[in-house]
Amino acid sequence: MEFETVIGLEVHVELRTRTKIFCSCAVEFGAASNSRVCPVCLGSPGVLPVLNEEALKLGIRAALALSCEVRRSSKFDRKNYFYPDSPKAYQISQYDEPIGERGCVVIAGTSAPRSIGITRIHLEEDAGKLTHSPFGDASLVDLNRVGIPLIEIVSEPDLRTPDEARQYLEEIKSILQYCGVSDCRMEEGSLRCDANISLRPVGQATLGTKTELKNMNSFRNVVRGLEYEQERQRAVLMAGGAIVQQTLRFDEATGTTIVMRSKEDAHDYRYFPDPDLPRIELTQAYLDARRAEIPELPAQMRARFEQAYGLPTYDALVLTSTQRLARFFDVAASQAVDPKAVSNWLMGDVLGYLKEMGEDIDAQPMRPEQLAGLLRLIDDGTISTKIAKTVLRDMMTSGQDASAIIEQQGLVQISDEAALREIAERVIAANPKSVEDWRAGKEKALGSLVGQMMKETKGKANPQLVNRLIVDMLRD
Amino acid sequence: MSAMRGLGIRALHHELAEGRLTASDLIQDSLAAIETADGRVGAFLHVTRERALTQASAGEGVSGVPAPARGLLAGIPFAAKDNLCVEGVPTTCASRILEGYVPPHTATAVRRIETAGGVLIGKANLDEFAMGSSTENSGFHPTHNPWDLTRVPGGSSGGSAAAVAAGFVPYALGSDTGGSIRQPAAFCGVVGLKPTYGLVSRFGLVAFASSLDQIGPLTRSVEDAAIVLQGIAGWDELDSTSVQVDIPDYLASLTGDVAGLRVGVPAEYFETDMDQGVRDRVMEALDTLRRLGAEVRTIRLPHTRYALSAYYLIAPAEASSNLARYDGVRFGVRANDAPNLLAMYERTRSAGFGPEVKRRILIGTYALSSGYYDAYYKRAQQVRTLIRQDFQTAFAEVDVIVSPTTPTPAFRFGEKADPLTMYLNDIYTIPVNLAGLPAISVPCGLQDGLPVGLQLIGRPFDEPTLLRAAHAYEQAAGFSGLRPTALGEVQ
Ligand SMILES: [Zn+2]
Repeated sequence: MEFETVIGLEVHVELRTRTKIFCSCAVEFGAASNSRVCPVCLGSPGVLPVLNEEALKLGIRAALALSCEVRRSSKFDRKNYFYPDSPKAYQISQYDEPIGERGCVVIAGTSAPRSIGITRIHLEEDAGKLTHSPFGDASLVDLNRVGIPLIEIVSEPDLRTPDEARQYLEEIKSILQYCGVSDCRMEEGSLRCDANISLRPVGQATLGTKTELKNMNSFRNVVRGLEYEQERQRAVLMAGGAIVQQTLRFDEATGTTIVMRSKEDAHDYRYFPDPDLPRIELTQAYLDARRAEIPELPAQMRARFEQAYGLPTYDALVLTSTQRLARFFDVAASQAVDPKAVSNWLMGDVLGYLKEMGEDIDAQPMRPEQLAGLLRLIDDGTISTKIAKTVLRDMMTSGQDASAIIEQQGLVQISDEAALREIAERVIAANPKSVEDWRAGKEKALGSLVGQMMKETKGKANPQLVNRLIVDMLRD
Repeated sequence: MSAMRGLGIRALHHELAEGRLTASDLIQDSLAAIETADGRVGAFLHVTRERALTQASAGEGVSGVPAPARGLLAGIPFAAKDNLCVEGVPTTCASRILEGYVPPHTATAVRRIETAGGVLIGKANLDEFAMGSSTENSGFHPTHNPWDLTRVPGGSSGGSAAAVAAGFVPYALGSDTGGSIRQPAAFCGVVGLKPTYGLVSRFGLVAFASSLDQIGPLTRSVEDAAIVLQGIAGWDELDSTSVQVDIPDYLASLTGDVAGLRVGVPAEYFETDMDQGVRDRVMEALDTLRRLGAEVRTIRLPHTRYALSAYYLIAPAEASSNLARYDGVRFGVRANDAPNLLAMYERTRSAGFGPEVKRRILIGTYALSSGYYDAYYKRAQQVRTLIRQDFQTAFAEVDVIVSPTTPTPAFRFGEKADPLTMYLNDIYTIPVNLAGLPAISVPCGLQDGLPVGLQLIGRPFDEPTLLRAAHAYEQAAGFSGLRPTALGEVQ
């Protein structure tokens, strides 16, 4: 029997606010345990939450960027549960009136682009972090994370393969990063993903029994976890068995899934409206202002790069991987004769050198206008491509214009035929063996002579001209 | 011996300003009275003796400044119900589970008074987590009614009411979730004001039922209530349910003039079981108001009979969530012998909470449970809306609504052992909290030697009219001078 996989994702994203969602504690990754806490986020008796408007703004911006309808009136609810990661014993979240609903994102898909539905986006506070003693005698609680603003993005069960799940995550991450909503660093936990997965016979409309997958801490592990679970479910179904609805934990070391709890253990969270927080009432003007904060999104940018600059899809994809790179390209390309050449330089030497330096495009001093300037100097023959590569590295460390570097280091290409002819005569005279070899039909000998020429001119000789001159002179 | 005897806040302020008394005199006086008689009353859980003396002497440097330059509350002692957090001062909510808890923050209402120079004398007893109507539910000791030590002072702000009635302090702060300021005020023959929900910041008030809780003063006169309200009212950035409204001059509203004031008497309230003596005192009060030129008419509040049920779903539901944090992990007492996390929760909470608190946590948990939410919590909220609408309709016709504060005067310890009978004591006060309205209880005479309270209810944020009516009645009726006799010469 042929099965179809059905996947839905629940993504938690930390909002990039300076302070927590209901108190004024700083949001910082990597601070000493329990050092970013106050009576409010610790749930001390008598304290009250006060909504950080920045979190609300980012939440709305995210909802709009993910094409959601934003509720003009919504509220916060309490999700009650006992666990030491929650000092109030409830989490402030949104239950039946989420800030955003009915959104979508478009992914490349397996064969054709697909629109993936977003059921809802809601605001909530993060919980603390528990570390369990390996000896089973104690648990350590770090409450720094308590109260960090989150949005939870729940997708429709529209994804059909583990790779589509990855594409969806990449797209969400990219959109939210472009909007300045979140860093989306999965390794730091600012983006977390749980997955629901089920299988059904191809052609069946109703969904099969699902399992929920947790603890996948990288995009790679999301794919690994889903692939494993997909195959596990397939094997169970093929053997005539039934899937048990349960929550599973992905184990990175073994690449398998481990049962955390079954459906019977499901909590009753006793949601009810939080009486400490007034309803959120939004005006159209407020929503319009949030919409105006949304920059050009990656999908729009990719399309524009392909159309306006004639880039291949692959180039557009690579160049829009981060907003900073995309903006760099956009400025450079708009000032260059050949945008594809800008793309080649960026995707090749620039990204290569950045990788070597371990830096981001914005962390190095070269501006996009300067890259365009460098490319113009190649075009007009001032420097060779080879010299340009050296100049580029200099630009990326010193931040100087290409022309200044060329001038200082005397790197202007020698295209003066008379001058080059004089040097060529000397080189030919000094290398009779190479001349003989060339005349004997050994093409490689030409390379040796050209190499000598470049050495004599410290690489500045116009390579095309040198080639032509030497061949001419040898033939004579 | 008592320099404070009989003097209201304004008179005390005058004495301080004229230099006839110092803040230290008042503090010493208050401490001496507590020392002499609180052993019999039990109004306090914690007396902040050293702190008060230090503050009083620190504040004396400014006591010579001419009166207009200093606030009326400067140098004057007060008590705070022990569910109001004060930094560095133990705050227990009269619960064993919070024994030893010292908050790192101060309630906004207390902070405002302290900033104005008021001096905290101590933390007053209450029913555990403000759940009760007699202060018998205190996890530490009961409080006795200064009018008759065999009777309860009411609750949950019983310690605050008793402390004012006994003359330990000129005023005290309490909190009112379903009548917890007004009912003990009535039982102890003092004035108790529950402001409009949102007028006084709840920051630092340990939550019982967040949508109903409100802090207010217990005083010996309406004027004092107006003065204290002036000191604590106003928007607070730390409480998002506090409302940004202009704060009027409450003292200026006490004109004594109620001619033409339209007074509503809710028929439904008088259809309930009520002591004849209470009924008589309230009728006399209505006569007094008529004599003053007020126009008394009967009104209908048709959903009154559902109020108690709605309250006993909403308040416990919120409480079940608010009190979940007392799990032994971070605050107060922890059961240390537990083999695992769940057992730690169970043992800590079983040992730490008293029976009434447990009862309400259970009711509230049940009301919010999946499958029951719609039938209980949601339905109760719908009733709440209807009750609010009842009042809205009534206030289209009248300016204040008048009723008894309680159906009976103070009862004896153990007399209302059945929780339902106890709950009925709040039948006239509870609808006011559900509607978020301001209301005040003022003494309207005695019944068998025990005080009876008259409740006046106002429009949202219309404390000026409410205080004006209460003050005019108080002045005309002349009961504000009544003092309990059970404590002998302390008074
Ligand atoms: Zn905090």
